[in-house]
Amino acid sequence: MESRSGKSEVEEEEEHRRVPLSERAEWSDITPIPQDDGPNPVVPISYTKDFVEVMDYFRAVYFADERSPRALSLTAEAIHLNAGNYTVWHFRRLLLESLKVDLREELGFVERIATDNSKNYQIWHHRRWVAEKLGPDARSNELEFTKKILSVDAKHYHAWSHRQWVLQALGGWEDELNYCTELLEEDIFNNSAWNQRYFVITKSPFLGGLKAMKENEVLYTIEAIVACPENESSWRYLRGLYKGEITSWVNDPQVSSTCLKILRTKSNYLFALSTILDLICLGYQPNREITDAVVALKTPDMDELDQDIARNICSILEHVDPIRANYWIWRKSRILQSA
Amino acid sequence: MEVKFDVVINFYKHFILRRKKERLRRTTPSLHQPLPSSTPGHFSCEMGELVTEKHVRYILSVEKRKDNFESVVMEHLRMNGAYWGLTALDLLGKLDTVDVDEVVSWMLSCQHELGGFAGNVGHDPHILYTLSAVQVLALFDKLDAIDVDKVTNYIVSLQNEDGSFSGDMWGEVDTRFSYIAICCLSILHRLDKINVEKAVKYIISCKNMDGGFGCTPGGESHAGQIFCCVGALALTGSLDLVDKDLLGWWLCERQVKSGGLNGRPEKLPDVCYSWWVLSSLIMIDRVHWISKEKLIKFILDCQDTENGGISDRPDDAVDVFHTYFGVAGLSLLEYPGLKPIDPAYALPVDVVNRIFFTK
Repeated sequence: MESRSGKSEVEEEEEHRRVPLSERAEWSDITPIPQDDGPNPVVPISYTKDFVEVMDYFRAVYFADERSPRALSLTAEAIHLNAGNYTVWHFRRLLLESLKVDLREELGFVERIATDNSKNYQIWHHRRWVAEKLGPDARSNELEFTKKILSVDAKHYHAWSHRQWVLQALGGWEDELNYCTELLEEDIFNNSAWNQRYFVITKSPFLGGLKAMKENEVLYTIEAIVACPENESSWRYLRGLYKGEITSWVNDPQVSSTCLKILRTKSNYLFALSTILDLICLGYQPNREITDAVVALKTPDMDELDQDIARNICSILEHVDPIRANYWIWRKSRILQSA
Repeated sequence: MEVKFDVVINFYKHFILRRKKERLRRTTPSLHQPLPSSTPGHFSCEMGELVTEKHVRYILSVEKRKDNFESVVMEHLRMNGAYWGLTALDLLGKLDTVDVDEVVSWMLSCQHELGGFAGNVGHDPHILYTLSAVQVLALFDKLDAIDVDKVTNYIVSLQNEDGSFSGDMWGEVDTRFSYIAICCLSILHRLDKINVEKAVKYIISCKNMDGGFGCTPGGESHAGQIFCCVGALALTGSLDLVDKDLLGWWLCERQVKSGGLNGRPEKLPDVCYSWWVLSSLIMIDRVHWISKEKLIKFILDCQDTENGGISDRPDDAVDVFHTYFGVAGLSLLEYPGLKPIDPAYALPVDVVNRIFFTK
């Protein structure tokens, strides 16, 4: 956490009472440039007084290309009032470079702004620019920063995106798989954490790639699936572990036996059943146990079951997942076609 | 809060639409005045109806309510706001209530000397606003008002060595910008000026094991990014590179019990995904896999049937952004009375036809 004393003078001042720029001696030599709303301004926007003033002064220093400390603090004021303006951020970067500002301080500034606007693209772009300039020194700081944001919103798209960039550009892969495990322990349904896990096992220079990780990951994922069979993310992750290895996917008894286990519970079996269907469509021959488990899912209100196990599965899915009934009808029609 | 998908998303609530003052006085009633229902029966039916007139009035009235915070944050992205509002009006059949010359002259004053458009007068250009500007000009059949080569040069300059696109000269890379560049150049008949092969290759490098796409290679699949990637692939004739059945299954899994669509697993449904998920499903020819009736009901439930406008979820506050996506979604669902919208160009079909078949 930033200490209060870490705040710049401008920010401290902001918190107390904002003194208009027109009343500050250091700005007396500047003639503000008002917003030009274009020809025929029909309906002028009623901006707040503070915003209008700051932007008028900003335009003046921007057009004069004034690279000064006061211009830098002016960009901070403008960003506080509206963190979404590309031009202000851009000019701030030019100033940071010209004035040779210690960029570690800049990370603190971004963090304070991000507290209120963490879903703003410019903040993340700026943050990356700063981290890139700082190089590997910024690594642990950036990983901590994203961790802090993810502790509040574990699916924060920008934070994940930034974190992936940090890992690839600055390193820090060593603990990432553990971090994914931690997040999945907190919420096994967190698709972002599953995605990151896949990112790590396929891209980390320390783990040997997908092939080397597959065995352990299959065990880990099956455990997650059995705990929550209704979890779309873990099923997709499992399938991803067999990327490019259809034969292994179809013939791995761990997969079919996991499905069977879930089918037999007769609850939350949608993904288990659709996985069996996928496997059959790829050439898997279901054994008697699987067939029996499927037939046992039939309810009295369903139509007479078909001879064909795959078509039966489609009928059941059509019944238990009515919102996607057309999808299951389509799957069934494909089976007829191939038969 | 749901992650929204655009540069603006935290701040879309109000935007400024320019049109004749006289018209404003004549046609925009006070918001507190009870409005006659143009769609009898929508109070009693189980499934409401689209309160078209009220949405039109809502869009036209937004500029009257200039809440300070929102006008501050909208200032730099008026161009996006103009696109949302004007496209929604066109789909609702009411684009003629807008003063074309006024909008066009304002737009032209947002063009930077480098060729790109800014979110407002005096700002820096960005590819996001450039597409909105080109789309709005197409809407008004005013593409001849701009120097096409200049816009083309701007976009071409943003392509990187690996085929990706930056959003502006400072380099943020994202598959959103690939779509924008390709869509823009396609509308301008200048797609041959970029390296399409490399652009497509970059997009494919962002494809995930679930069939979806992320913002950069390895990024989580997200319905908004999927729309951009599938749209770009559609516009470049590269849809054969999409795993249509796998992606279609992921997309149709986005429909939740309420009928609404979410953007990622386990997230809340949101009207804006009616556009992103639905248009993607249409482009890969799998839209019949979801329940259209339930989705229509969800969107209609998000309407403010008293004052017009559509929100992200039922009972939330309405805004122009979701009003556009709700109307566009209903248009894709062939809701009666709406102009059809093209899923790849995000423009009314008649506008797209005019661009490609009359010149």
